[in-house]
Amino acid sequence: MRIVVLTKPVPDPAAGAERLGPDNRLDRAASPTVVNGNDEYALEAALQLVEAHGGEVVILTMAPANGTETMRKALAMGAARGIHVTDDALAGADLPTTIRVLAAAAGQEAFDLLLGGLDTSDGAGGAVTAGVAARLGLPLLSTAAHIEPDPAAGRVRVRRLSAKGYDLVEAPMPAVISCTQALGAPRYPSLKGIMAARSRPIAAHSLADLGDGLAPADGAWATRVVAAEPPTARAAGRTVTGSATDAAREIADFLADRRLI
Amino acid sequence: MRLTEEQQLLRDAVRVLADEKIAPRAAEIDRSATWPDDVRRLLASHDIFAIPFEERHGGLGSDLLTLCLAIEQISRVCATSGLILAVQALGAIPIQVAGTVEQQDRWLPGLASGEMLIAFALTEADAGSDPSGIRTRAVRDGDDYVINGTKRFISHGSVADSVVVFAATNPDAEKASRRLSAILVETDRPGFKVTRVEHKMGIRGSPTAELAFDNVRVPVANRLGDEGQGFAIAMKTFERSRPGIAAQAVGIAQGALEVAAAYAKERRQFGKPIAELQMIQSMLADMDAATEAARQLLYAACEAIESGNGDAARWAAICKLVAGDAAMRVTTDAVQVLGGYGYIDEYPVERMMRDAKITQLYEGTQQIQRLIVARSLLAGS
Repeated sequence: MRIVVLTKPVPDPAAGAERLGPDNRLDRAASPTVVNGNDEYALEAALQLVEAHGGEVVILTMAPANGTETMRKALAMGAARGIHVTDDALAGADLPTTIRVLAAAAGQEAFDLLLGGLDTSDGAGGAVTAGVAARLGLPLLSTAAHIEPDPAAGRVRVRRLSAKGYDLVEAPMPAVISCTQALGAPRYPSLKGIMAARSRPIAAHSLADLGDGLAPADGAWATRVVAAEPPTARAAGRTVTGSATDAAREIADFLADRRLI
Repeated sequence: MRLTEEQQLLRDAVRVLADEKIAPRAAEIDRSATWPDDVRRLLASHDIFAIPFEERHGGLGSDLLTLCLAIEQISRVCATSGLILAVQALGAIPIQVAGTVEQQDRWLPGLASGEMLIAFALTEADAGSDPSGIRTRAVRDGDDYVINGTKRFISHGSVADSVVVFAATNPDAEKASRRLSAILVETDRPGFKVTRVEHKMGIRGSPTAELAFDNVRVPVANRLGDEGQGFAIAMKTFERSRPGIAAQAVGIAQGALEVAAAYAKERRQFGKPIAELQMIQSMLADMDAATEAARQLLYAACEAIESGNGDAARWAAICKLVAGDAAMRVTTDAVQVLGGYGYIDEYPVERMMRDAKITQLYEGTQQIQRLIVARSLLAGS
């Protein structure tokens, strides 16, 4: 099996150094980056599938030139190689462009499954994985909590999170799956994995390598951020004091008044 | 001092693992004083044991500084766990420096993978700083040695699969330094017994054992180096193992500094965070300076030792001396910054202070380090 995993470098939440640029978009040079959390869960699932069924995991990233540093972290977890789409013309790309570009790059790989996180912790558009499926005309199995491919039959089953529990959905491969954290926590790379990742290939593609008409000329994106505001500060909380029984009753009343219990 | 890209990558990977997997265990490891075999398995599964071993033995083939970076990062959150790497290295170095190719191929792969643990048994009840008092005997009998005696204060002695034992094979040699031999003893051999595990002030999860050898029969093929070379092998070993203890000390100091700085920003007295008080700032600045000075000295020492510098014993002694004293001072001050809260086990600094003390004691007391430095200094014309 060949599994392509979308892995996006995002600002490291632990660094707390996120900053917006003058165009109200993320300043990608301001913060150290890590692999997007949800993408790590997708990657872990892909690695486990390949360990069970054989094959290779390929990571696909659209990022500035220094994105390879973060890609090495994904390779250290066990991916065999990387595809890095990087082009100055893609800085600040909107969702439709990102989807077209990633779909074009993925389309060059004969994959069985394409996995992506449900959303990313920076842009949080939550549409890319689904959009890539639509663009490639492939089935989308969304919000996966468990993935069960049957390579011999050329089909894949996914347990999908639903409002009432799980749906079991099936599709022919190749298919696209959007992944949730219910798939299981990502592994920590081993030191040998980190060393090996340094020599694993990362193929760089520019926009021109992927075809014409994927991005609008001169960054004329379909959407643009006109303003960005921090959330309003939360009002002071209410402290409940008194004996445990009284306090519990007061909290219960408070919640019941608001129809929360 | 600039670390290589490889050193930075490995250090950062170990730091993440230490912060997320080992730090949450540290207080319980200390409180229960039980050997953290889960941490051993964690270090094994992430190839951290593999750092100082050659690739042909399943290692990463990294240098002494890289090993010290790993020990430092782990000790920053748990000194007992950092010591696991240091003790493994201490036991493996005699095989690396004095073992034959056959011996290395036989024993090092298991140590590199972390499946096998090894201990280093030099100290006895009456022979610590002065190894000439060693009474454990190894008597040749055909193709075997028969070992009798007792070793004391042996780190990992009760959990190790093998022990490098320093025993007198030539008790009548004129020079005290020619009396000992280094012999690898598998701990499943008849007559080997753990007779006591110490209750300690710090590094409480690291088992420190008394080992009894009662007619333990070991093939001569288990001897490392020539007969009578044991003392030289031990000294050569310390040149590469003491930086590991310095790294443990730097890690402990760094961990205490971080806790103290974070606490000072949170704790409010006189209407403001105590971090805004100059007396606190002064302490924190001195702690940071002492830690950084010890760290840079350690890194320089590693480079000097790795370069084959003839001054290795001096560098090893200096870095452990400075780092051990820095760790003791920094952790003591961290307790001071936290005040009463520093003295209780709700915060980790009292544990760090107890852990720091051992770095001034083992692998040669600070007094022995000074002796080595002074000898080196005064030996020249």
